[in-house]
Amino acid sequence: MARLGFNRRHFLASLGAVSVAHIGAPARAQAAPRVVVIGGGFAGATAARAIKGTDPRIGVSLVESNRTFTACPFSNLVIGGLRALPAQQFGYDKISASGIDIVFATATGVDVAARRVALEDGTSLGYDRLIVAPGIDIRWDGLPGYTEAVAAKMPHAWKAGEQTLLLRRQLEALEDGGVVVMSVPANPFRCPPGPYERASLIAHYLKTRKPKSKILILDAKDSFSKQRLFQEAWKQLYPDHLEWVALSNGGRVTSIDARTQTFITEFGEYKAAVANVIPPQKAGGAAALAGAVDQTGWCPIDPVTFESKRSPNVHVVGDATIAGGMPKSAFSANAQAKVCAAAVVDLLAGRAPAQPKLINTCYSLVAPDYGISIAGVYGPVNGVLTDVPGAGGVSPIEAPRAEREQEALFAEGWFNTITAEVFG
Amino acid sequence: MRFLVLAAMLLAPGAAARGEPPPGASSCSGCHALRPEVVTAVPRLHGRSAAELASQMQAFKTGQRPSTVMGRIAKGFSEAEAQAIAEWYAAVK
Repeated sequence: MARLGFNRRHFLASLGAVSVAHIGAPARAQAAPRVVVIGGGFAGATAARAIKGTDPRIGVSLVESNRTFTACPFSNLVIGGLRALPAQQFGYDKISASGIDIVFATATGVDVAARRVALEDGTSLGYDRLIVAPGIDIRWDGLPGYTEAVAAKMPHAWKAGEQTLLLRRQLEALEDGGVVVMSVPANPFRCPPGPYERASLIAHYLKTRKPKSKILILDAKDSFSKQRLFQEAWKQLYPDHLEWVALSNGGRVTSIDARTQTFITEFGEYKAAVANVIPPQKAGGAAALAGAVDQTGWCPIDPVTFESKRSPNVHVVGDATIAGGMPKSAFSANAQAKVCAAAVVDLLAGRAPAQPKLINTCYSLVAPDYGISIAGVYGPVNGVLTDVPGAGGVSPIEAPRAEREQEALFAEGWFNTITAEVFG
Repeated sequence: MRFLVLAAMLLAPGAAARGEPPPGASSCSGCHALRPEVVTAVPRLHGRSAAELASQMQAFKTGQRPSTVMGRIAKGFSEAEAQAIAEWYAAVK
């Protein structure tokens, strides 16, 4: 009921914004500025809170389709049987209590000229600045034979939730000796080290529970994030349970035969007892509604403000962006959203935003007590977010096991910290 | 978030006086928790002295203090940038 109240207030507020806009621009400028954020994940929820926390006078609405957010980071532990899904799930009550209007609805259109977001119920929200944080969508036309219906049988589990549980249940039902096959797309995609962390934790499950089984990774690439670290760990931990087939060894999957649960490559066919298809991806749908997507399927942005290079007054943060050297990670999304929020507050006040600097840190678990990381520091150079030379990089090769244990602990601390900042 | 803003207002003019963290500072809270209830092995930054935080950044940078990720991150910041971040977190209560 309270939710309905929020929606009604929004609707009335937006009607008010329309009449003000009709009177003329100066009147609009004097009213409290309004920001609409589409998407309540790591990027969008962070941006909404950072704006409200910096300038409480700004009206902030967060448009999100789902009442519960399910986090992707650490969801590979759920697939590996090491964590329960509810530990990944967060609500929006605390965000709402911080003065942000949460609108549980799906955006159906953006009128960039009129600065309005249309919602599925026919209402709309006016804005001075729009922040789009839609995450990723699967490119259902990107891999022949892989459709939304097929994903109900051969899960991608690249958006956490029911798909995560489906893959988990299939692994539990797997007969000892059955082969798990995973396909990995070409860059760019959400969470570059994610497929290899997942394969590691599936191998961990197989080694402990289905020792005659193995996982085969069919890769459309010849190299990947933290590769030497993963391969060092696989040699030690999973020599009999994990095999990686690179592009140059015929790893690129060209189509899927759902009827026989087979991955087809240029050189062969791989029938799977359990199939995990990580398909090609693109910016989430709301980015296209806002006209922020280019021919690559992703969103070019200004690296200081994260304003779209295609749509004025529209900012894009998180996985949907083309963010130069920054990977599509939850840490990046959170860091970008805080920089974008500061810039939006400045722009609404008529100030020039400062040159930002951003950090990314991504942990991967190769086993529950074996963590590795990649870090980077970034700043705008010639209009592109660029790695600061001499900084960043991955965990050392051949580090003592105690260091891997330490990084696994830090990984857990990171998850607790970032989810508390965003949703707590 | 609110106490961060208050803390920042106590600082010298420029971006900080407008309630904004200096470049790079807003990323730190991705790993370094500000909330007391968060369970984490990662040390907290806020409320520690600026001198301590700045000298630790320098020690990470040179490798004098061994670390997992902090050495890699500290190398991305000049001494002046690290000092500004240190002062900002020191002012957060």
